[in-house]
Amino acid sequence: MTETNSVFETRSLSIFYGNFMAVTDVNINIPRHKITAIIGPSGCGKSTLLRAFNRMNELVPDTHIHGEVLFEGQNLYEKNVDPVEVRYRIGMVFQKANPFPKSIYENVAWAARIHGFKGDMDELVESSLRQAALWDEVKDILKQSGLSLSGGQQQRLCIARAIAVKPEVILMDEPASALDPIATLKIEELMQELKQKYTIVIVTHNMQQAARVSDYTAMMMLTGETRAGTVIEFEATNKIFTRPSDKRTEDYVTGRFG
Amino acid sequence: MAKKNVNGLNQAPGPERPAMNLKRRKRPGENVIQSLLFFAGFFSIFTTLGIVYELGKEAWLFFRLPEVNIWKFLTGTQWQPHINEFGILPLVSATLVTTAIAMLIAIPLGLAAAIYLSEYASKKTRNTLKPALEILAGIPTIVYGYFALTFVTPLLRTIFGSGIVDIYNTGSAGLVMGILILPLIASISEDALNAVPRSLREAAYGLGATKLEVAIKIVLPAALSGIAAAVILGISRAIGETMIVAVAAGAGPNFTLNPFKAAETMTGHIVRISGGDLSYDSIDYNSIFAIGLMLFFMTLTLNIISQRFVRRFREVYE
Repeated sequence: MTETNSVFETRSLSIFYGNFMAVTDVNINIPRHKITAIIGPSGCGKSTLLRAFNRMNELVPDTHIHGEVLFEGQNLYEKNVDPVEVRYRIGMVFQKANPFPKSIYENVAWAARIHGFKGDMDELVESSLRQAALWDEVKDILKQSGLSLSGGQQQRLCIARAIAVKPEVILMDEPASALDPIATLKIEELMQELKQKYTIVIVTHNMQQAARVSDYTAMMMLTGETRAGTVIEFEATNKIFTRPSDKRTEDYVTGRFG
Repeated sequence: MAKKNVNGLNQAPGPERPAMNLKRRKRPGENVIQSLLFFAGFFSIFTTLGIVYELGKEAWLFFRLPEVNIWKFLTGTQWQPHINEFGILPLVSATLVTTAIAMLIAIPLGLAAAIYLSEYASKKTRNTLKPALEILAGIPTIVYGYFALTFVTPLLRTIFGSGIVDIYNTGSAGLVMGILILPLIASISEDALNAVPRSLREAAYGLGATKLEVAIKIVLPAALSGIAAAVILGISRAIGETMIVAVAAGAGPNFTLNPFKAAETMTGHIVRISGGDLSYDSIDYNSIFAIGLMLFFMTLTLNIISQRFVRRFREVYE
């Protein structure tokens, strides 16, 4: 992977909650316009690592990092970097769909509006909803509350909302874990569409999902005496699932533990 | 030894179970608890009904008197019982002026304090400030009354001139009442803001919203019903507040909206009349029940309006 083709590059990244080291020494490159999955057992710091990419961790008091996270070559944790700008360019979709208690239209338009969008709002809302494969289902009920939709639709609304501010990266934190298989399939199909335009990083518990959707996979595990999570293997997905080089990865992906 | 259960399967070893009996058992304790809970719930309703009955009965004694005309009662601008003038407007206007001034202080400051505590303050700051704020609400209102009369009024007279500001005035009573109500509004609003799920805040932050945008445009609207409840409670408290206005606002009905003039509020008048030497059944005595009934209707109307408002604008997040 060459430098220019990676969107993110972490250098000796460690993440702390107070004195507790949750993630240690992560060195990975996230490739552009690909889907990168982060997998691993519960509590190994997958979400924590994901949230380091858009500085969401610091919403929890006392969180800090060591090392660097380069985004397009620029360290996100430099003193003069504004986390608001970072999150504007690096969108996020959460585990549990969390639409605003506002209309479907307003859910999509809200962020564009606060960022001073001057263009045709109706058009932006429509194109975002189309990209999230939700337009046909909601075009007649745009005034209804976003919470009136089903769980899968709500999650696609959250994706549309993230797309509307035209981010470069979309981080997804187990976006389908609360959905039924059909809604999950829709989200996965959608991700394949989205990777044409966006770089996607997804945390998932579901190894089949990682195998189905991702191009690259980062395998995380608790290691060492500190029991902090780290990436033990980062490879093309088909290699991770067929010829892993780390024994622990093999045990995990073949279901021998975890 | 292993026994067979109904399905013919081996039962786990352990103490023998009693023979199956699915008949409904009597649980007298449940009924006792249930009726106690029912009684507790309806106690306040019975009390309210009792109050309404008593108010209505005495007010009826007032309104059927030949000297009293209900239309003149509602629209008259003179309240002078000794010449049989019973126009409630001077008392209502004083109540409205003190309430408006109090809310002008309490709503913006209370809301700002609530937003600060819930969105900006660190956990430690919040755990210190919130109890401190609630202590303010625990100060006896008579103390606030003298604070208004001996500190705020002289201050107003220094600023605006003693020719303009009366010694007793609705302005200083209203200002101090605002300080009294501020913690009430701040505390209840803060609870409402705090109850807004973290996931909504995260969603907004994840879209690149600033702290202020998250607080004002996401959290505040989602907490609107709780905040409206806080405001209504505050207004009801202001309308009903008695000691501060009795001490600092003035002791004579005066039909004016000027906050620098002395004027007697509805509660202030009730307190003064009932404190005097009155015989039961005198017209003065009966008149205070009519004023009380009016107070009751004012707060009732407010509650109804606020319920409508909340239903219309609330953003339901669950």
